[in-house]
Amino acid sequence: MLNLINATKLFNPGTPDEKIALINANLNIKPGDFITVIGSNGAGKSTLMNLISGVLKPDIGQVVVEGTEIQSMPEHKRSRWIGRVFQDPMAGTAPTMTIEENLTMAYKRGKPRGLAWGATAAKRKLFREQLSRIGIGLEDRMSAKVGLLSGGERQALSLLMATFTRPQILLLDEHTAALDPARAELITRLTQEIVREMNLTTLMVTHNMEQAIRLGNRLIMMDQGRIILDIPEERKSSLTVSQLLGEFERISGHQLSDDRIVLG
Amino acid sequence: MIDSIYGAIALGLLYALMALGVYMTFRILNFPDLTVDGSFATGGGIAAVMITHGYHPALATLAAFAGGILAGMCTGLLHTKGKVNGLLAGILMMIALHSINLRIMGKPNVSIVNVDTLISPIVKPVGLFILVAGIGVLIVKLLLDVFLHTDTGLALRATGDNERMIRSFGANTDRTKILGVSLSNGLVAVSGALIAQQGGFADVTMGVGMIVIGLASVIIGEAIFGARSVFFATLAVVLGSIIYRIVVALALRVELLKASDLKLVTALIVIVALVVPYVRRVLKQRSVARKRSAELLSTAMPGKGGRS
Repeated sequence: MLNLINATKLFNPGTPDEKIALINANLNIKPGDFITVIGSNGAGKSTLMNLISGVLKPDIGQVVVEGTEIQSMPEHKRSRWIGRVFQDPMAGTAPTMTIEENLTMAYKRGKPRGLAWGATAAKRKLFREQLSRIGIGLEDRMSAKVGLLSGGERQALSLLMATFTRPQILLLDEHTAALDPARAELITRLTQEIVREMNLTTLMVTHNMEQAIRLGNRLIMMDQGRIILDIPEERKSSLTVSQLLGEFERISGHQLSDDRIVLG
Repeated sequence: MIDSIYGAIALGLLYALMALGVYMTFRILNFPDLTVDGSFATGGGIAAVMITHGYHPALATLAAFAGGILAGMCTGLLHTKGKVNGLLAGILMMIALHSINLRIMGKPNVSIVNVDTLISPIVKPVGLFILVAGIGVLIVKLLLDVFLHTDTGLALRATGDNERMIRSFGANTDRTKILGVSLSNGLVAVSGALIAQQGGFADVTMGVGMIVIGLASVIIGEAIFGARSVFFATLAVVLGSIIYRIVVALALRVELLKASDLKLVTALIVIVALVVPYVRRVLKQRSVARKRSAELLSTAMPGKGGRS
């Protein structure tokens, strides 16, 4: 499905601020995998996501999707395969445009954009159905500007926009971290439902240890630019938060340090 | 007095196309494009030269549109592919266009008096002129509205609104920016071509200050008529352009002012239009914050000075 082969990325190479963001990372994502990613600050979680989505290009190494090497392909071309939800609820939608216009743009992911009318009646009908699935009443506000929605509503919309066209891979970069607990829980529940129903291959970065264990079928732990642990489904189902933290300390030799970490 | 207002409405309609161009870059793409000062004269120059060489004025105006698109494309390429700062890319093109315009025109001023133009059949009476020009501008405005609701148009708007988001949905934002800046300068050049035909000449300096006039039109229109959707925003821009011309016509009737004060008056209009809404917003926010805090205090501490 998706392979990361010996991927390495340096920040500020050749300067006193040189930093290894990711070193020799290998990852084989199988179809239907739902992988949660945890790690300390600067472990390379976001870099991993950015290498896959094309925001960054690896200095060395390959990114392969379904047999095609894509590491030098620009971000907008990779969007054909990849759906993304960002941490910032403002980042995934266009605020001065309406809900239906935002969905129209999401509908066209990876397809050529021509001079046909965007939000046609047929598409609006589809959007209404999709919006009613997330059950927060957005289907009755389709011509409202997205900037008027709350952070939680915008993030729910972003999640829908990223998924309803069935991307081959879904990247979630701490997409609940900027929300209050109740809304974070709503988005988590929606994520779980959507990923299960559509059987999406998913990579999710999270700071919430309990969530990392509860969701998905695989767990990856990162530290200092390396993938230090890859826990398969069989072990993951019986894992506890304290075991997970213990495991981290044993392998990395230091405590999982993260000012935002949530133990659950 | 009334005559000068009619004249102002007529001029405002011709300049409205330029204002729509400025609206596209400033508001939709969120890209302050200063190419406008150059491409306005490019449009005027191309039209005047072609008309003096006996080409049909409609063809000449179309050629001006193409010239403007080309100029905008250069700015867009400089900014996106050359990674030149947007303001600087526009200024560079503006300066380059000054020389290019002189090359096109061959001399600083090309006269097209006593020749058939697009304007000459309708120039009198002024009512007819306003009607025809009004319909023409309305058609361009509606075409622009439709374009901005197509898939490409939506991607263009999203590029100015949230570039990261639309890239994640597969749009090439370099391409949408180049497209937007090109189209914008095409409209500006058509406006220049029409102004040249209306005035009977093209001058290499005819574009100086255009960007501020365009911005003034956009801001005045939005302030008075609002911009809740694309349809109303473009309508507001057209009306803003007309109102700007009326304000100028009235200002010029004031004894104190000379025609040469026009640019100062324009700058003042833009400054007032920019500063007043900001001050009003700050004052409003402050009063809302005070009111809400007082409400919260009174509910949190019942009996302590609260009205319950």
